[in-house]
Amino acid sequence: MTFRKYLVLAGVTVFAAAGDSMLSHGMKQIGSISLHHLLGVILALLNPWVAVGILLLLAFFASYMNALSWADLTYVLPATSIGYVLLALVAKFALHEQISLLRWLGIVLISGGVGFVAGGEALTSHGHHQSPPFAKGAQDGAAESEVASAVSSGAQR
Amino acid sequence: MKHLYTWSAILIVVFFSVVGDILIARAMKKVGDVHEWWDRGGLWTVVGRVLSRPSFFLGITAMAVSFFSLLFALSWGDVSLVAPAAASLTFIGNAFAAKIFLHEKVDRRRWIAAMLVAAGVALLAG
Repeated sequence: MTFRKYLVLAGVTVFAAAGDSMLSHGMKQIGSISLHHLLGVILALLNPWVAVGILLLLAFFASYMNALSWADLTYVLPATSIGYVLLALVAKFALHEQISLLRWLGIVLISGGVGFVAGGEALTSHGHHQSPPFAKGAQDGAAESEVASAVSSGAQR
Repeated sequence: MKHLYTWSAILIVVFFSVVGDILIARAMKKVGDVHEWWDRGGLWTVVGRVLSRPSFFLGITAMAVSFFSLLFALSWGDVSLVAPAAASLTFIGNAFAAKIFLHEKVDRRRWIAAMLVAAGVALLAG
């Protein structure tokens, strides 16, 4: 994991949370759109909150796909759920909303789950086109490197 | 009877959202690490490689179907049930599907994580 990759994961989280909340803020300003007035959906794009929300969600999708190119789906998905935690914390500390005990429990569960995954390897599937150049030569020392990776993943925890 | 409709709608949303995630993940695994391609050929190489993957377009389609069926389900179902149930079941479904179709090593650590996150999302979104 490089710094660049941590930035991408941070992007996945922040863009999703910010995009969702801007979109829902904008849609509440507009009010409900009925199925008989689909033109209303196009007018909704004129609302700046909606427009910026959509741009942020596009940025989310780009960073999500970027992350999936070098990490497992089961590694990236928990990261997206941190967005829920961010939204709850923003609601608490920026908007001074009350957070119920059940929601705090939800925050704890999500953070615990993400911590569990983050301690392990990012990529376990072998669908990759290019294998790193050092992979072949390292096979002799496979047993040693296994020990080494076990030690390092233990250290990450 | 209303319960049956609501839960069928939830399962449809979850099904298409899992299919979409799996197809997109598969497409991006085939593309390979985009940071390497970016360093080698810049943005257009990356875009070209992604757009040459049929599973990318199938994945986008499945995600769109999931999104619109969620909107549909929300319009008559109970929001406090539909939204959290769909979100958290998607996490569980993705863990199963990633193991079967993407051959990811979903070990005990990842199962526990999927369960914790699914429970947490259900509590937060509810």
